[in-house]
Amino acid sequence: MIEVEGLTKFYGPKAAIQEVSFQVARGEVVGFLGPNGAGKTTTMRILACFMPPTSGTARVAGFDIGKDSLQVRRRIGYLPENVPLYGDMTVRQYLTFAAEAKSVPRQERGKRLASVMERCLISDVSDRLIRNLSKGYRQRVGLAQALVGNPEVLILDEPTLGLDPKQIIEIRSLIRDLRGERTVILSTHILPEVAMVCQRVIIINESRIVAVDTPENLNLRLQKSSRILLEVDGPAEEVQKALAAVEGVLTVAPQEARDGRRRFLVETDREQDLRKDLARAVTSNGWGLTELRPVDLSLEDIFIRLVTREEEA
Amino acid sequence: MGIAAIFKKELRAIFASPVAYVVMAVFLALSGYFFWGFLARFTFYSIQASMNPAIGGGVNIMELVLGPLFQNMGIVMLLMMPLFTMRLFAEEQKAGTMELLLTYPVRDGAILLGKFLAVVVLLGCMLALTATYPILLMAWSAPEPLPILAGYLGLLLAGTAFLSLGLFASALTENQIVAGSLAFGALLLIWVLGWSADLAGGTVGKILGHLSFLNHFEAFARGIIDTKDLIYYLNVTALFLFMTLKAVEARRWRA
Repeated sequence: MIEVEGLTKFYGPKAAIQEVSFQVARGEVVGFLGPNGAGKTTTMRILACFMPPTSGTARVAGFDIGKDSLQVRRRIGYLPENVPLYGDMTVRQYLTFAAEAKSVPRQERGKRLASVMERCLISDVSDRLIRNLSKGYRQRVGLAQALVGNPEVLILDEPTLGLDPKQIIEIRSLIRDLRGERTVILSTHILPEVAMVCQRVIIINESRIVAVDTPENLNLRLQKSSRILLEVDGPAEEVQKALAAVEGVLTVAPQEARDGRRRFLVETDREQDLRKDLARAVTSNGWGLTELRPVDLSLEDIFIRLVTREEEA
Repeated sequence: MGIAAIFKKELRAIFASPVAYVVMAVFLALSGYFFWGFLARFTFYSIQASMNPAIGGGVNIMELVLGPLFQNMGIVMLLMMPLFTMRLFAEEQKAGTMELLLTYPVRDGAILLGKFLAVVVLLGCMLALTATYPILLMAWSAPEPLPILAGYLGLLLAGTAFLSLGLFASALTENQIVAGSLAFGALLLIWVLGWSADLAGGTVGKILGHLSFLNHFEAFARGIIDTKDLIYYLNVTALFLFMTLKAVEARRWRA
């Protein structure tokens, strides 16, 4: 559905993205992940035909973004990062305008508007001025204008930015519902969001793609060690020494103390399960073991690793 | 489809904001004042003429009232058109809505024309309101209707030329005041080029004279449609619309 080849964009001498290539299949939800300034917005703006790349090509539904820009624009719905809307229009006026601009036939307009507003949960504010809406509602109006042209592809730049937790959950479930029905590219810097919503992740850092995979695979690939968290009632230094002495332990990192109890994050060789050995090491010294649990490498950690690995290279 | 959508959106924005009404009211007040002034002078001349048959033939209502009125309305319009156009692109660029608009399946040219036609309609409304003056005259006297229509055609053409220049200025910046100032300065400069034409003389003077807004308006104000003037205003309008289109396209590259 989307094929991107060697996309590069320079702002003056500074490269925003370099040699970005990836593909997105029909009906897939793909997450664009990266720190601020990595090039997510630039990539999305180019795909949305807002601006041309310095070099490289991209095709959306078989149409070139440069030569057939109008055809591409007919097939996409775009939500820019800061959700720019016309404040002095009501929601209904604005969506009517968007539908007209996107050539929705007059007979279908009313029905389309109603269904989009219902889907985005904004029917109750349809006659209010956009200027007076809360951030959450504005975001949903933005999503509604992206959907109103019934596009095959949705490009959403930070769709949950600045929302409260309840609104974030609503927007995410809305995007999840689109899975299979439309192709979605969304960018975010909130990592759990990607795991929750996306089938595939593209990690971009310092203008280049560093990894493309499913969230689960990334997890497996990078989890070369497993980690165990212990909470021990005992003298800090001695406990640390005792834990480090257990065979198979790579590192022991003391964590912040809570209620006078010491917490340690132990990184172990992935092949062995050291939980029993660690427990024995604590109890045989007469200290109290209050908690012991394995810790999964979170997407945050994966992300940090990928990004720092890139820096070391 | 695209043009119509943009046109409707702009028209709604124009008439939802107080700017249009304030500018129209100020324009009507000023032109009303001029009308009263010229009419008073005309009355005074007429009374003198009736008492002194020697100068009787020289009193003409087009020449003494409507001609000068159109001239002055042209100048006031020049001051006010930038107020209509300055927000058209600048506001969208500032608010970021331009980003969304440029990703809609609407050609840049359609966006431009939609916006332009909306302000032309506004100009038309403003000029239509001043029609009260000649209509008032018709109640008491019998001015020729065709020269009056020629005068209005001149105002409309000059006005659209001003609007296209203002639209171009608005596409250059995201600051409305900057857009307004640029347009106002450029319009005034082109208007007064005619003054330097007399000083320069020769070929340079002729060229300057041809470029001036002022010189091309004089015939219209007297009720005469000269194709040379007609083509001049249409050319200026087309030129600035074309430059605006290029400025909008350049926005994409620079974004």
